[in-house]
Amino acid sequence: MKLNRRAFIGTAAAGAATLSAPTVMGQGNGRPRVVVVGGGAGGATAARYIAKDSNGEIDVTLIEPTRHYYTCFFSNLYLGGFREMDSLGHSYGGLAGDYGINVLHDWATGVDRDAKTVSTAGGYTLPYDRLILSPGIDFVDGAVPGWDISVQDRMPHAYKAGSQTELLKAQIEAMPEGGTYAMVAPPNPFRCPPGPYERVSMVAHLLKQINPTAKILIADPKQNFSKQALFEEGWNRHYAGMIERIGPDFGGGNVEVDPEAMTLSIDGAVENVDACNVIPAMKAGRIADIAGITEGNWAPVNAADLSSKMDENIHVLGDACAQGDMPKSGFSANSQAKVCANAVRGALTGTTVFPARFANTCWSLIDTDDGVKVGATYEATEEKIAKVDGFISETGESADVRAATYQESIGWYDGITTDMFG
Amino acid sequence: MMRRVVFPVLLIAGLGGSAAAQVGGDPERGEELFRSDCASCHQVGQGARNRVGPHLNGIFDRQAGQVEGFRYSEDMMLRASAGLKWTFETLDKYIENPRVFVSRTRMNYAGMESAEDRSDLLAYLRQFSADPADIPEAAPTAAAVDHDVAPEILAIVGDPAYGEYLSTECTSCHQESGAANGIPSITNWPADVFVTAMHAYKDGVREHNVMEMMASRLSNEEIAALAAYFENIE
Repeated sequence: MKLNRRAFIGTAAAGAATLSAPTVMGQGNGRPRVVVVGGGAGGATAARYIAKDSNGEIDVTLIEPTRHYYTCFFSNLYLGGFREMDSLGHSYGGLAGDYGINVLHDWATGVDRDAKTVSTAGGYTLPYDRLILSPGIDFVDGAVPGWDISVQDRMPHAYKAGSQTELLKAQIEAMPEGGTYAMVAPPNPFRCPPGPYERVSMVAHLLKQINPTAKILIADPKQNFSKQALFEEGWNRHYAGMIERIGPDFGGGNVEVDPEAMTLSIDGAVENVDACNVIPAMKAGRIADIAGITEGNWAPVNAADLSSKMDENIHVLGDACAQGDMPKSGFSANSQAKVCANAVRGALTGTTVFPARFANTCWSLIDTDDGVKVGATYEATEEKIAKVDGFISETGESADVRAATYQESIGWYDGITTDMFG
Repeated sequence: MMRRVVFPVLLIAGLGGSAAAQVGGDPERGEELFRSDCASCHQVGQGARNRVGPHLNGIFDRQAGQVEGFRYSEDMMLRASAGLKWTFETLDKYIENPRVFVSRTRMNYAGMESAEDRSDLLAYLRQFSADPADIPEAAPTAAAVDHDVAPEILAIVGDPAYGEYLSTECTSCHQESGAANGIPSITNWPADVFVTAMHAYKDGVREHNVMEMMASRLSNEEIAALAAYFENIE
C-alpha cells in the first residue's frame, strides 16, 4: 500500500483503536457475522437495525474511523449560522452500548472476497458472512485541473462535514469587503443533488449580514440542477444581484484552479477569488474499489437487497452504490439500509424478508424560514431501484408553508439521526 | 368585557414578556377553540374516552399522568413523579408551549400563543372539572373527524410484524420514542384514528405532500398493519 495521506491518518486512528478494542476477532461465537464499513446514514442504520432486530443472534461489527460523526446533511445550515457544529455531531456510544454492536474506530483497508475477511489499517482481520459497505464518496483524481486532495485546506470541498466545513466558513468570514466566494460545482451524479445550491443560499445569507457587497460565483458543468426553479426564485427574492452562475454553455464545465494564486479560470478567463469551494466529481468511497466491486465510479447493486452485482455476500449502501433512480442522499442511504438489514437478517437467520420499498425526501433551506423540499417513493425492479411517485415544493408558496417546511426539516433531522444512532 | 382587559396584556407579551391566561375567559369561544385545536386528539364531556390523547374530564387539580389506560410519554411521567399537578397555571403554561413545559411530550401541538385564547379554552375545560355531576351533556365527545373510512376498512386486523417492517419507512422522520419536534408523534394512537388519518392522506382529504405520497402506495392491509404496530409500541 502506498503511504499516502489517507494511509497515514488511518494508521494514527488505528493506534487508538488498538487500545480500546483489543479483541475484535473471533467474537462471533458461532453466530453469523456481519461487518459494516462506514458509520454514516447507510452503515449506522444498517448496523443498528440488524443488531436490534436480531436480538443478539447476529454478531455486528461497525468499522468507522471517526469517533465523532458530523452529518453532511444540515452542514450547510452551519455555514448559514442556523446550526452549531456541535449540534451536527454524533457519537457511536449508543450503538455500542444499547445494541451490542462492536464499534471499531479504524480504517478498512482490504477485502478478501474468497476468505470473506476485511482487514484494517490497525492490523485486524475480521471474518464476515455478509459485508455491508457504506463508505460514502471520494473524489475523482484530476477532475478539476489544479486541485487535488493535498490542497483541500486552501480550497476546501467541505463535502464531508466537520473540519472542512469549519474551514470553509472561516475563509468566507475572512473575505475582504466586496470579495468573491467561488464554487466549482460537481457533475452528475454526486452526493446530495440540492447540496451545492443550498450551500450557495446559506453562504449568501451569511454574506448578506457580514459582507453585503460580496459576490458569489458558481462555475457549473451541469445545464440544470435540483430544485432549480425554487433556488433561483429564492436567490432573486433574498439575494438579488449577489449570485452569478456560469453554466456549461458559457464554459462552466471548463475550469482550472490555482490554489497558490487563488484564482479560478472559467473557459480561459481568470478570476481572482477570496474563498474557493471546489466540489470535484465523485466516486464511491475507496474501499468499494479495493473490494473490486465497482464499475466505473460506483458499485452496481441489485435493487431488492442492495447486494453487489459482483458478489452476493457484499451489499453496498448509499452514495457509493449505483442502484437506479434514487438520489445520493442521507435519506436514501437510511432507506436502503433498512431494506438491506431486513434481507441480510433473513439470509442469515431465516426471518421473513418483506418486499423492498424505498423513499427519499430532501429539505433545503434558502433563507430564514424559507424551506423547500423534494421527495419520491421507489420500488425494486429486476433492473434497478425505480421511481414510483414524487412531489416538489412549488414556487410562490406562502411564507407560512415555507416556515412549516423548515420546521419539518428540523424534526426530520432529529428523526433520522435517532434512526441511525439510536 | 374580558377580552378588552386581556388585550393590553398581549401587547406587553409582544414586547418580550410572556402573558398568562386570565381566569374568567369566554367558555363558548373556548369550545370553538377546543374543536379546532384539540378535538382531533382529545375528548371531553360525558362518555369521553382516551384517543390519541387522554380524555380531559376532571383535569383541573389532578396529578399529571394519572388517566387510567393512557400511555404517557416518559417525560410526562417524570414530571408526574416529580409532583406535577394540573392547575389553571400549569395547564396555561403547557398549552402555551407544550414542548417547553414537558420537553418530549407526545402531544403534537405547537402551542397556543394568545393568552386570550388560552383564557377562553381553560374556561371551557374547567366546566368539565368543577363537579363531575355537572358535566354538560351533548359535549363534543366525538373527535373531529375529517374523513369517513368504510367500516370494512376499519375492521381489518393488521399484522404487527409486517407493520414493524413497514414502520421503518416512517422512522426516517417520526421517532419510535414518540418524541416530536417539527414532525409529529405517531406512537400509541388508537388504531382506528391511525387508519382514518392515513386514509385521509391517501384520499387527498388531508394535505401534506410527503404524507400523501407515502400513504398513496400503502394498501388497506398495510395501513392496518402499521396501525397495529404503532398502537402498542413500547
